[in-house]
Amino acid sequence: MDDASQRPAADDTWSVAGRTFTSRLIIGTGKYKDYATNAAAAEAAGAEIVTVAIRRVNLSDPSQPMLVDHVKPDRFTFLPNTAGCFTGEDAVRTLRLAREAGGWNLVKLEVLSDTKHLLPDMEETLRALKLLIADGFEVMVYCNDDPVYARKLEDAGAAAIMPLGAPIGSGRGIQNMLNLGLIIEQSKVPVLVDAGVGTASDAAVAMELGCDAVLMNTAIAEARDPILMASAMRHAVLAGRQAFLAGRMPKRMYADPSSPLSGLI
Amino acid sequence: MNLTINGEARTVAPLPHLAALVSELGLDPRKVAVERNLEIVPRSAYDRTPVAEGDRIEIVHFIGGG
Repeated sequence: MDDASQRPAADDTWSVAGRTFTSRLIIGTGKYKDYATNAAAAEAAGAEIVTVAIRRVNLSDPSQPMLVDHVKPDRFTFLPNTAGCFTGEDAVRTLRLAREAGGWNLVKLEVLSDTKHLLPDMEETLRALKLLIADGFEVMVYCNDDPVYARKLEDAGAAAIMPLGAPIGSGRGIQNMLNLGLIIEQSKVPVLVDAGVGTASDAAVAMELGCDAVLMNTAIAEARDPILMASAMRHAVLAGRQAFLAGRMPKRMYADPSSPLSGLI
Repeated sequence: MNLTINGEARTVAPLPHLAALVSELGLDPRKVAVERNLEIVPRSAYDRTPVAEGDRIEIVHFIGGG
């Protein structure tokens, strides 16, 4: 199953904040039925980075299964997030705790605005980014598919720009390819589609547009067979990447025959 | 001694330091991070950080998230 043709080319790497990765698929660790399935999906996805959340420990049952016992921080680069934070101060406090829990300074910032659509509050996101950079963090920033704010985030020192394809957990695919293309074109730091991927073709579209990587959680966790979907996503990201590198044919208004029209009998 | 741990009021016997509290709660100190009165306590300082009446303690860890 795992032959060389299914792995990304070793020399086609991408780097964020001085760290270099071969896999262009980052997966979340939420919503799985258990941590064992989660770990198996991460392996099937070929992921090198996983996102994690930070929450209060359960004091009434400290023997509950713990993420780090299954998805191990020595196997995956943990990318702590600020999910659930609605202000810059909340985000800074959460990530300082994450840094103490694991020693990581590479983090994912998301500052949300509304629990119904979970769209980012970009004004507060930009403010939080500046606070985190001043505190020594390397910040990958979840953001709207807005080239204007993406530029502001990059100018403020974001380590990566991570526009949504569609709202978190919606599985609606890439909603604005035009804006995403503008963000990719203008950015000098990595661009990752984060949120909105529903199935493999969505991930391929993101990569064909020229994204450096794709981040997803629900599309794998809520698939009927999460491990098989993780494998599908691995292939889709690789296929999209290769198609991007190969350079697609031009789109034409009319047909263009593949067999010569001359020499017909 | 009355403490607020993760938002819950708790009464515990007097403790020499934070390391003793983490242990008393059955937690592995390598897998958590602790805030005492809104200040992060480095893991290396647990055994020299006092726990005092009225302290507000937050103990967090990594869980699944996207």
